[in-house]
Amino acid sequence: MNLLQAKAPARRGTSRIGALFVTPYVVFVLAVFAVPLVYTVWISFHRFYFTAPGADADTPWVGLDNYRAVFTDPVVGQAFLNILVFLVINVPLTVGLSLVLASALNAKLPFRSFFRAAYYVPYVTASVALVAVWQFLFGGSGLVNNLLGDLAPDPSWLVNSTLAMPVIAFFVTWKQLGFFVMLYLAALQNVGRELYEAASVDGAGRIRQFFSVTVPGVRPATTLVVIYAVITGANLFSEPYLLTGGGGPDHASASPVLLMYQKGIEQGHPDFAAALGVVLVAFVLAVSLLARRLTERGN
Amino acid sequence: MLRRTAYALLVLALSATATACARSGPDAVTAAASRGPITVWLSNNAQEVEWGEKMVADWNRQHPDQRITAQSIPAGKTSEEAISASIIAGSTACLVFNTSPAAVPQFEKQAGLVPLSDFPDGAKYIEGRTGPLAAQYRSADGSYYQMPWKSNPGMILYNKKIFKKAGLDPEHPRLTTYDEFLETSRKIVRSGAAEAAIWPAPSSEFFQSWFDFYPAFIAESGGKQLVEDGKPQFDTAAGRRVAAFWRQMYAEKLAPQESYPGDALGEQKTAMSTVGPWAVAAYKDSLDWGVVPVPTSDGRPASEIHTFGDEKSIGMYSSCKNRATAWDVLKFATSKEQDGRFLAVTGQMPMREHLVSTYPGFFAENPSYKAFADQAERVVEVPNVPGSIDMWQAFRDAWTRSVIFGRQSTAAALHDADVRITKILAEY
Repeated sequence: MNLLQAKAPARRGTSRIGALFVTPYVVFVLAVFAVPLVYTVWISFHRFYFTAPGADADTPWVGLDNYRAVFTDPVVGQAFLNILVFLVINVPLTVGLSLVLASALNAKLPFRSFFRAAYYVPYVTASVALVAVWQFLFGGSGLVNNLLGDLAPDPSWLVNSTLAMPVIAFFVTWKQLGFFVMLYLAALQNVGRELYEAASVDGAGRIRQFFSVTVPGVRPATTLVVIYAVITGANLFSEPYLLTGGGGPDHASASPVLLMYQKGIEQGHPDFAAALGVVLVAFVLAVSLLARRLTERGN
Repeated sequence: MLRRTAYALLVLALSATATACARSGPDAVTAAASRGPITVWLSNNAQEVEWGEKMVADWNRQHPDQRITAQSIPAGKTSEEAISASIIAGSTACLVFNTSPAAVPQFEKQAGLVPLSDFPDGAKYIEGRTGPLAAQYRSADGSYYQMPWKSNPGMILYNKKIFKKAGLDPEHPRLTTYDEFLETSRKIVRSGAAEAAIWPAPSSEFFQSWFDFYPAFIAESGGKQLVEDGKPQFDTAAGRRVAAFWRQMYAEKLAPQESYPGDALGEQKTAMSTVGPWAVAAYKDSLDWGVVPVPTSDGRPASEIHTFGDEKSIGMYSSCKNRATAWDVLKFATSKEQDGRFLAVTGQMPMREHLVSTYPGFFAENPSYKAFADQAERVVEVPNVPGSIDMWQAFRDAWTRSVIFGRQSTAAALHDADVRITKILAEY
């Protein structure tokens, strides 16, 4: 009887209550994501600037002009190249380190809770505070250069057009590691003990177990980690801004979001910034899809 | 049902957006004659706040029916961003006592500023107080959208203790010509007296050139702005000499290529800094300092040297409903009495002609300010042209690439910047 009732179609009243419950979230999504996104796309096809209330502002349709400006601006190309460099360093490092650390922290270790918290602390600490630590380490007269002596790079790390972006990638990897370790720790709870026991009976050692049981067992989490790392990496702003003084020497560490800020807020070209934003969304989607294909291959 | 709910919500959201887009500001004609309470924004500089609160109290005592409420400019990375955002929201104060001239063209474009020339005595009052220097603050349409308020003329402040340590004569510093400046800098750094001879921020923000290139260029060119009559002025012999001089400073490691994460002068990491008179109060208890004009290639006398004014203006914003009161407050705050009080409290120079003879008592008691007051008579501002910030960013990009990091010759970088800035000016 109960089973039959469970299979009965939902009554109209139930769907009304359901709609009522989802309304706040739908409003939130519309107000915070959908409307601004549609407005951004609209701005990107017009000559547009923000004005005081009631001011007459001419906002003619300009077709692809803003996109043309974005694609022909060498600084934009440099910024996307910087992000690619960042992702190539940051994403594999994030996946590898966080999975290894999560596996270690999943084992019975002394002070396990302490280590779990320690890895999480940088993630919940403000970037501004952490940047000060990295400047102390990697600044021109910082600890690292003092240790390296004559081997220190010239120009120094954060103002070196070759090294600035890799340093930022390492910084962000270290900062966000705790969050991704947590994701993997949660995923590891779902990998059955019996799989490890069976592998052990078959003669697999620790390393073999890691590659044959752990890695396939957390593949959905890896997909999530990769996509999340790509999205946060592509939205890089604070680190290049704070660490390298507004994009580094000759835009060596500029990111698309930093350019959106400079063009849209500082220089008053929200139309260019909107077009760049749309291009960035397309870029993130493409990279995320590619990453998903790669991580889910063999499933 | 769900689909209908979603449609209803979409309509609601789009209506809200449309309503937000169809906002309206106060009617300009009505507001121009209206009197009543107003709000003013002050910078968060402690001395300016002290002066501002006293000025507001004086006004409120005399005008209980037109009270002023003073607040600090809302927090933001820069004042300009906070002001720009409030223009868009229609929530700017009537008067902002810290408007950067570089941002004025953009605020104008946003219809955020009230043209002060529209007041019957507007232009006359501004020119009467500021004198010939007022011309730099006129906008392209000939109107004044800002009241020149106070300047911080850039000069070279040096630490006498470090000079002594480097074996230099602190009472007669050799800093007049480029050659002298370089030689002095070498002695400072090579003796280990300080990590740097001078340490301007070598970062990429658009405004950083106001503290390295621009004062030197103004001095070297005899008082030229970056752009005059719609044409860039820096791809010239004077501009190239300035760029070559600074390139040598960076190439020889006399000026570091990385920002100092603190106050390099105050912490004695550098022997010199380009500063305005605000520094007198800031360092009076911590440094034994001297001050000289910005160097030139041929070592001109101080009386012939112009520099960057780093001026801040007072802007009246279009969200103001009681503009007649705001105009009266603006004149009250820039009266001879209030300017004198501002000078005494902050040490910054009111944009008023003949400062030394207007306030002889102050300069007799505070002779250390005299050099700055004299220099304030010969200041040059950022050009008041549309696209000002784009232009400065383009210049800064060329400067960091060539002068600071040597990835391109300085002459080629100046030429490229000239081409880019010409293009930017043509687009506006």
